[in-house]
Amino acid sequence: MSLSDELYKEVLLDHYQNPRNYGEIIYPDLHEEGVNPLCGDEVELFIRLDGDVISEIRFRGKGCSISQASASMLTECLLGKNLSEAKRLLRELKANLLEDKKSNYAEEYSDLDSLEAVKKLPARIKCAVLPWNTLEKAVEKFPKAI
Amino acid sequence: MALDVQKIRGDFPILSTEMNGKPLVFLDSAASSQKPNSVIQTVRKYYEMENANIHRGVYFLSQKATEKYEFARIKVSRFIGAPCAKVIIFTRNTTESINLVAQSWGRTNVHEGDEIVLTELEHHSNLVPWQMLAQEKQAVLKFIPLNYDSTLDMTNLDQIITDRTKLVAVSQMSNVTGTVHDLNPILRRARQVGAKVLVDGAQGVCHLPANVQKQDFDFYAFSAHKMLGPTGVGILYAKEEILETMPPWMGGGDMIAKVWKEKSTYADLPARLEAGTPNIAGVIGFGAAIDYLEAVGMDAIRKHELELLSYALERMEDFGGLEMYGPRDLSVRGGVISFNFPGVHPHDVGSILDEEGIAIRVGHHCAQPFMDFMGISGTCRASLYLYNTKEDVDRLLDGLKKVKEIFGRVLKR
Repeated sequence: MSLSDELYKEVLLDHYQNPRNYGEIIYPDLHEEGVNPLCGDEVELFIRLDGDVISEIRFRGKGCSISQASASMLTECLLGKNLSEAKRLLRELKANLLEDKKSNYAEEYSDLDSLEAVKKLPARIKCAVLPWNTLEKAVEKFPKAI
Repeated sequence: MALDVQKIRGDFPILSTEMNGKPLVFLDSAASSQKPNSVIQTVRKYYEMENANIHRGVYFLSQKATEKYEFARIKVSRFIGAPCAKVIIFTRNTTESINLVAQSWGRTNVHEGDEIVLTELEHHSNLVPWQMLAQEKQAVLKFIPLNYDSTLDMTNLDQIITDRTKLVAVSQMSNVTGTVHDLNPILRRARQVGAKVLVDGAQGVCHLPANVQKQDFDFYAFSAHKMLGPTGVGILYAKEEILETMPPWMGGGDMIAKVWKEKSTYADLPARLEAGTPNIAGVIGFGAAIDYLEAVGMDAIRKHELELLSYALERMEDFGGLEMYGPRDLSVRGGVISFNFPGVHPHDVGSILDEEGIAIRVGHHCAQPFMDFMGISGTCRASLYLYNTKEDVDRLLDGLKKVKEIFGRVLKR
C-alpha cells in the first residue's frame, strides 16, 4: 500500500469530506484561532463547558485534507470528555507526531491512527498538529483547566 | 535555434538524481532554479583556490577576488543592457533590492499624501516594503486591478497614476500566473506625470531578454538564484542619476570614504550602497551563470519554454476538471502553470506528486492579494525552465491522474 493510499483513503478522507461538528458556538467558553502562516491552513475551535466537561465542541476552518480531518477527529474525540482527559490526549498525540513516540490510543480514539502516516511526510506534520495546538492555546487561557 | 535539452540536462547534476525512488521531475524553477556544473565548479574553485576578501587586500589573492567580483558586475550590466557597471548594486536578493529602493530612495522622495502604485498581482516582496514606507510616510497605496484572466486592467490607468504618484512598482512577469505584463502603457503614463517606475524582474529576467535602457526602467530588481546562479545574490539596477541621489541605507565597511569619530563621508557608487563583505563566491558564481545563459541564448530559452507551455496547457485542458489560472494567450505569458483541482487542497496535490518524484510549488506563492481576488486559498504551480522536457510534462500528468484516483470522491466536478 502506498503512502498516499494509507494517508488519504478511508478514515482521513472521510473526515475531510464529512467533517464532524463543523460550525460555531455563539457564546463559547473557550475559543481560539490557529493559523499556519506559511500554508494558510486555518482552524477555529469553539468549546462549551459544563463544569470541566466539554459539553459542546465545534470547529470551522479551511485548508488541506490533513488539517481539516485532524480538526474533525479532535472534536469527535473530545466531545463529552473533561479537560484533563483532553490535555492527556493532546500530549499523547503531540508526542506521537512530533517526538515519534509510539501511540497507544484508546479504542474510542482509533481514528487518530490514520494521522500516523503524516510522519512520513515531514512537511505535513504541522497540518495535522494545527488543530491540537489551537486546542492547547484555548485550554491554556482557561485557568480552571490547568 | 532549438535547444539541445538533453545536453543541457547533462550540465545539471541534480536532474539525474532520484526523489522518493523515482527520477526527479523538477517543476519549481520559479521558486529557485537548479544550478549547472559550471556555476557549482566556479564557486568551488573560488573557495579552494581564490578565497580572499575584496577591495581591501594588497596581496595577490585579494586583488584576484576583487577582479573576479567586479568582472561579474560588468557581466550583469551587459546582460541587462545597462550603460555601465557602477549602476549595478549587489544585494542579497530581490526583496533586499526592493527594500533598498524603499528605504533609501523612498524615504527621501515619498512624503505625506504621495501615491505609490502597485498591481493586484504583486508578490509580497513588491508589496510589503511599500506598505511599510506608506505607513511611515502617510503615503497612499493604489493598485492597478486585474482582469479575470490575470492580465492587468489598464482602462483607468490615467486615474490610477496621477500627479501625486511618485512610484509605480510592478512585476515584469507574475510568479503565480506567468502573466508577462505590458509595461509600455505604465511607463508612458508614469513619464507623463513624472513618476519613477520600478520593475520587479525576479521572474522576468531569467526567461525574457531584457534591456533596461531600451525599455527605460528606472529601477530593475532581481535575484541570481532564479537564473541558474547561487542563492544570496540580488541585484538592483537603477539609472545613474537616480542612484547618485540615493543616500546609504546600511552603514559599515566598504561604503565609506572617510570616517571620524562623530561622522563619515561615503564612497562613490556602487560601494556606497553595498555595506559589509558581500557574497563574493555567490557573485562570482553568478558570473558563470550569466555566461551559461548567454551561451544558450535567452531567445532560444523563451522559445523552448513556450513550446513546453503550449504542450502542457493542451494536455491539462484535455485532462478535464482542472481550474486553470493565467492568460491563455502565450504571447503574454511565461512558463508558469497555476491550477487547482476543485475540492482538493493544493498541499494534498503537492504531497501526492512528491511521492511520484515530482516537485511543484503549492500554496499562496507569497501573493495573497491575488488569492483573495480569485477567492482561493492557493494554487498548485508547475514552472518550466530551459532544462525541462515534454517527458517532465507527461510525468506531471501521470501524477495528476493519481491525485484524481485518490481524491476522486471529494472532487467537485
